[in-house]
Amino acid sequence: MLQVSIYRYNPETDSEPYMQDVQVDTGGKDLMVLDVLELIKSQDTTVTYRRSCREGVCGSDGMNMNGKNGLACITPLSETVRNNKLVLRPLPGLPVVRDLVVDMSMFYAQYEKVQPFLMNDTPAPAIERLQSPEEREKLDGLYECILCACCSSACPSFWWNPDRFIGPSGLLQAYRFLADSRDTATEERLAKLDDPFSVFRCHGIQNCVNVCPKNLNPTRAIGHIRNMLLSRAT
Amino acid sequence: MVTAVTSMGRSGLYDWMMQRVSAVILLAYFIFVGCVLLNGVDYAAWKALYSQTWMRIFSLLALLSLGLHAWVGLWAVFTDYLTERLMGTTGNVLRFLAQAVSALIMFTYVVWGVQILWGL
Amino acid sequence: MAALRTISFDGVIVGGGGAGMRAALQLAQSGYKTAVISKVFPTRSHTVSAQGGITCAIASADPNDDWRWHMYDTVKGSDYIGDQDAIEYMCSVGPEAVFELEHMGLPFSRTEEGRIYQRPFGGQSKNYGEGGQAARTCAAADRTGHALLHTLYQGNMKNNTVFFNEWYATDLVKNQDGAVVGVIAICMETGEIVYVKSKATVFATGGAGRIYASTTNAHINTGDGIGMALRAGFPVQDIEMWQFHPTGIAGAGVLVTEGCRGEGGYLINKDGERFMERYAPNAKDLAGRDVVARSMVLEIIEGRGCGPEGDHVFLKLDHLGEEVLESRLPGICELSRTFAHADPVKEPVPVVPTCHYMMGGIPTNVHGQALTVDANGNDQIIPGLYACGEVACVSVHGANRLGGNSLLDLVVFGRASGLYIENALRSGIEMRDASDSDIEQARSRLDKLNQSSGGENVAALRKELQSTMQNHFGVFRNAEFMQKGIEKLADLRGRIENARLDDKSMAYNTARIEALELHNLFEVAEATAIAAEERKESRGAHARDDFQERDDANWLCHSLYFPTDKRVGKRAVNFEPKTVETFQPKARVY
Repeated sequence: MLQVSIYRYNPETDSEPYMQDVQVDTGGKDLMVLDVLELIKSQDTTVTYRRSCREGVCGSDGMNMNGKNGLACITPLSETVRNNKLVLRPLPGLPVVRDLVVDMSMFYAQYEKVQPFLMNDTPAPAIERLQSPEEREKLDGLYECILCACCSSACPSFWWNPDRFIGPSGLLQAYRFLADSRDTATEERLAKLDDPFSVFRCHGIQNCVNVCPKNLNPTRAIGHIRNMLLSRAT
Repeated sequence: MVTAVTSMGRSGLYDWMMQRVSAVILLAYFIFVGCVLLNGVDYAAWKALYSQTWMRIFSLLALLSLGLHAWVGLWAVFTDYLTERLMGTTGNVLRFLAQAVSALIMFTYVVWGVQILWGL
Repeated sequence: MAALRTISFDGVIVGGGGAGMRAALQLAQSGYKTAVISKVFPTRSHTVSAQGGITCAIASADPNDDWRWHMYDTVKGSDYIGDQDAIEYMCSVGPEAVFELEHMGLPFSRTEEGRIYQRPFGGQSKNYGEGGQAARTCAAADRTGHALLHTLYQGNMKNNTVFFNEWYATDLVKNQDGAVVGVIAICMETGEIVYVKSKATVFATGGAGRIYASTTNAHINTGDGIGMALRAGFPVQDIEMWQFHPTGIAGAGVLVTEGCRGEGGYLINKDGERFMERYAPNAKDLAGRDVVARSMVLEIIEGRGCGPEGDHVFLKLDHLGEEVLESRLPGICELSRTFAHADPVKEPVPVVPTCHYMMGGIPTNVHGQALTVDANGNDQIIPGLYACGEVACVSVHGANRLGGNSLLDLVVFGRASGLYIENALRSGIEMRDASDSDIEQARSRLDKLNQSSGGENVAALRKELQSTMQNHFGVFRNAEFMQKGIEKLADLRGRIENARLDDKSMAYNTARIEALELHNLFEVAEATAIAAEERKESRGAHARDDFQERDDANWLCHSLYFPTDKRVGKRAVNFEPKTVETFQPKARVY
């Protein structure tokens, strides 16, 4: 029997959050953490979490498992359980709506701030805009972000300034458009980032790199943005 | 674009640059002073070293760098922990006070350092 | 009952996947007041899981490629019950729609010439089946759906579309004239129930793969749009047609793209034999999905399956080399390592046919207008209701969808719906307001659930439903088994309608949503079962042991399931494309 401890909070009935202990029979299988949650929910329907694709591409079920952020659906028990114990908490640093569900509006607001869409002021051709494989390769490791918020909610700088520091995920997306050969708004984008908070609150702690379930490297992208700001200013 | 009047250069890049440049100067200064000390130095030699103008300029540069470096660093710390988001308006008051105090200390050290270096 | 808060829009789109966001984008650009209701944050919609690509004759891989060849393949793939006017529209408008996506920033993979990379997919040919295998599927590595969905969300953000994220539409609101005038929706975070009033209600709620126990579909694919339409008394078309994707990872159900075979991978049985050479000598592993899935099941039934239980076959990829796998199929490598514990670079991936796509749905015309038929069998437009994407049956997929055509369907018909509604709004839409009793009627299911006591556990009922569908309406079907399945479903109906809701709290109550979803799953399952039993032939994905041949004399038509009397009617297939000759039905061989 796996010992699972789940963070519980229902704003209607609980004055404060508490940890609930549940025993789960995994049948000796190396289930994913999400499977364990589904087993628990089939018994206690009040346990609340988000989930959708269950294969690690939609980014719904980001949570804190035994102290580390990740996606429940692609985290096997063997990877996270120690001493037969699994502690599940919501992503840190974001307001809790209920149980493992957090309010992600601050996270999304930072994403929106970087204008994460292609800007190109030249008339579109009748076919696609051409881009060489080398130019396209620059987007690898950037466009794959699934907005699960595992990185930003693991970042101390984001904990303290979620309203002013864009955070690793948003910055990764900022660089995804800065790096796109088809985007013509580089100057405008950089001008918006050159303040003491948006980019420069990154102190290279690298928690983001450590937790990203898609193995992306926001710290490196942030470094690239800094270099672009630097070459622009010198 | 997030702006803040109390940041050093009003620009993230400027602050970041200042912190790196000042760090390099401080590192160079301490390595130099460290080497001198390790080679063994008596009072006379020490005094002679510090009576040379280039050493005084180097020391002043290091002192100014220390001030800048500390200001940028502490400013980041204060704007992390003493904020309106965490403690309401109190945060703003505390932060302003902390910044004022650290600015005063930094300024004092610089003036005092100049006094010492030039033996005023 | 307290009056509901009402929010009004010109257009409301239910569903924030590819089709919904493409429709929303069109409407938002037109300046009309548009809202998207999505039960998940839009980028969590199931479009995100699409891997291989979007099939479209953009003439990159082959400069002579022609959308008519694509049309031919699609008609043939549909086993001739795809509407040819709709397929013509999709294939001819497709390139424009794909280029629009590229201009919006979709990070397609590229060729040396800088054009969009296209890979071969199943059922693709050049020159109307005469010129060999075509490469027509435009890809962003093996994350095309992800790239497409994020691009569309970004496009909507740029155009200030209003999103009601984590809102769940429960039922359609019909006025006294039978016109659709909006939906009842729940804000999940607060539990508030709202009447969202609209001049045009677009269903883009996606599929319902969760009616099966083993599916590539996300947890959220519960057929909400179909459920709502059926409860409102509207018919669904070809709902018996369910695609089983050949390559779902055995045990996990997670999809590995057909692009694996497009890039040169192939299936082997326990003897290491490339068995598709026997079943489809020309196209081999790139035959239609229905053909490949059936061949796999036959291999397994005849004892040539792999693994200790002999219950799957292998997808061999290692011969492609690490470089190709990591650059063209990086997501597949990841999924296979995580869910199959097999590294495709070194060993084959265990795969099994897995429920993947609902070809049927709400019948619509090419403008996305939902249809029903009158007593004389003539098409009737349902005022106010539109559908696009997987929930709709335009029909471009007929009895079997070709790989890569679903993403094209989403963008082409999402866009078409938006364009049509924009014009309709411009010329003015007048509909009678819903009366209090209309609204009460629409929210009655929700009210009943909220007052429920007793009844059975939702998860247990869902499991029972899923295994019934899996066992009785799978890849191969026969009358005896299906009738037993229908009996089981009849028993389940009452139990599911009275399912228990223990948790009646307001804040983010997912138990309530799951109970409501279960009702929808059931509606889809029942319609599937009854329509499947009725279609007495084998066509496309619908394969019967007891009627093994295609029966064009009786069944070269759409089935139409009417919920009020659970009757299955027929509706003519369109054989009149506007600019090309009709593709006449012929034997479908690959």
